[in-house]
Amino acid sequence: MNVILDVKNLTMDFGGVRALNRLDLDIRAGEIVALIGPNGAGKTTFFNCITGIYNPTGGDILVTPPQKKTVRVNGVKPHIVTRMGLARTFQNIRLFQNMTVLENIMIGRHCRTQSEILGALIRGPKTRAEEEHIVHYSYALLKKIGLERQVNEFAKNLPYGDQRRLEIARAMATDPFLLLLDEPAAGLNPQETTDLVDLIHKIRTEDKISILLIEHDMKLVMTLSDRIFVMDYGKKIAQGTPGEIRNNPVVIKAYLGEDSDA
Amino acid sequence: MTPLKHILRSIMISIWFMFLTFPLMVVYINPLNYTVTWRWKNMIMVGIGTFFASFFWRRFQNRTVGNNDKPSLGQKTLNHIYTSPEISRMLLGVLILFTLSFPFIFSTYQTNVFTTALMYVVLGLGLNIVVGLAGLLDLGYVAFYAVGAYSYALLNHHFGVGFWVALPLGALVAAFFGILLGIPVLRLRGDYLAIVTLGFGEIIRLILENWDKVFFGPSGISNISRPAFFGVELVEKSIPHAIKYMYYLVLLLVLFTIFFVNRLKNSRIGRAWIALREDEIACQAMGINKMRTKLTAFALGATWAGMVGVIFAAKTTFINPASFTFMESAIILSIVVLGGMGSIPGVILGAFFLVLLPEYFRTLGDYRMLAFGASMVIMMVFRPQGLISHIRTKYNFNAKEPLA
Repeated sequence: MNVILDVKNLTMDFGGVRALNRLDLDIRAGEIVALIGPNGAGKTTFFNCITGIYNPTGGDILVTPPQKKTVRVNGVKPHIVTRMGLARTFQNIRLFQNMTVLENIMIGRHCRTQSEILGALIRGPKTRAEEEHIVHYSYALLKKIGLERQVNEFAKNLPYGDQRRLEIARAMATDPFLLLLDEPAAGLNPQETTDLVDLIHKIRTEDKISILLIEHDMKLVMTLSDRIFVMDYGKKIAQGTPGEIRNNPVVIKAYLGEDSDA
Repeated sequence: MTPLKHILRSIMISIWFMFLTFPLMVVYINPLNYTVTWRWKNMIMVGIGTFFASFFWRRFQNRTVGNNDKPSLGQKTLNHIYTSPEISRMLLGVLILFTLSFPFIFSTYQTNVFTTALMYVVLGLGLNIVVGLAGLLDLGYVAFYAVGAYSYALLNHHFGVGFWVALPLGALVAAFFGILLGIPVLRLRGDYLAIVTLGFGEIIRLILENWDKVFFGPSGISNISRPAFFGVELVEKSIPHAIKYMYYLVLLLVLFTIFFVNRLKNSRIGRAWIALREDEIACQAMGINKMRTKLTAFALGATWAGMVGVIFAAKTTFINPASFTFMESAIILSIVVLGGMGSIPGVILGAFFLVLLPEYFRTLGDYRMLAFGASMVIMMVFRPQGLISHIRTKYNFNAKEPLA
């Protein structure tokens, strides 16, 4: 299978702190890949580098959208990265609080639609058709994640678990080929976590979207992912299938600390 | 709370008010015979007045505190008006009739005052794009207003350019300045942006004041032509006619602005602005070009200020930098905040409130600004969300099956 995201030697410095140190990572089409590691390992920094929020100090981030040429996205503006087909969610939910649930998803359609000021003013047939498309497309997405009854509710009034789902749906609205989920299960109860696993499976099989996720819930990571990358202090310390990672002594050491007697 | 506690609290409040109003109401210095009169009677009046006002207010609040969750009567009536097409159509009809016949019913003075109020409606709606929708706190909005006014004044003075040519030109020049200001402040938000825009507003005013050779300094520019009526110049003798004409002209601009802002608000661009206001980083991650979205908001807001600037120059036929002080920016911003951020009817109401109140408070003489300030404080205490808060568009999916 072809590689859709290829990260080579990625380095990110903040002043004297090296947050990412020569990191390598690759994702193939249709995969669910997990990125794990202790707190402060640099996982979210890695996401921010890929999505253009940070401009990495060194290395290459190569993105290959389906049926398109490979592009190097180092330092490319976030909205262009999204337009290429990489969508993300945030660790601390970043929904548009004072907009309705539907509008939140409609924003996701922004980069796939065109109408400008003049179009909005005249509201010709083209603009109206586009607006209708946005509304219906967004509603269909809402139905998919099971939030269709809260269409006109403000995002801030949703329960926490629904907010997480809404954020995923919003990212889906941008038509990505790779979805980056930053701790999607954080703060969810067991039932909500099970629903989330189903949703992620559904996204992979039905929508043919590959997924890269950061997660601390090991049960979820082990059941969901095809491959796992482990980070510590900005470095990749291990990679492999869930079975391999589970028994890797380096990983266990990073998580539990070194045994002083040994 | 028991009645006794109410009484005690009310006594405390009345003492506090007596203390506050002491210098104003009690001490009277007569500068002619160097005497000080102590008007203790006033103090007693203030004390008794505030005591009863506070007491009854508390009783009233106590009674309504039980059903706090339910929307207030005002909100309910508003919702009713919004949802019922008959009532809103009727009200709209009455409103249209009233505004159309206004100059024929009321005096020239009233028409003039109302024209000013309508100009502030447009300014408020323009700033509403920047502050209310895009969430960019702009304290130097008056600069664009000045740019529009001076564009027309200078073009008219040097080249005899007419109003109708100057109107789009002034708007364009202002939009250009909007982008000019927008580019350096793209990275800024909130307080920092407010300070930079404040500085920008002052820079424009100081340039107008001090660059005598180009802008005629503090003495300003006079004899600006009034707008022509389909090519016919309105002569100076017919000032009442000119005022009526001006009224309809501004009314037309108001209608156009409402139409425009309303359409924008529920469009792809409008949603992008609101998303930008809510969360800048998430907004970018959703594929919205932050730079472009901010610049369009700045440029469009400035366009409206520029247009009103041209109209202002044509209306007063004389402009000088004193009309474009920070106070103007503050008033326009208050219109937006007081009316309700992002809400079109709110901003319209806010503009009338803030322009007409000081005007009609003239009878209060020295207490005019006091009453004005007090009413603003009361407004913000009881309706922090503004007179009419913004209502999001609701979508209905009962019958329709989505296509996608």
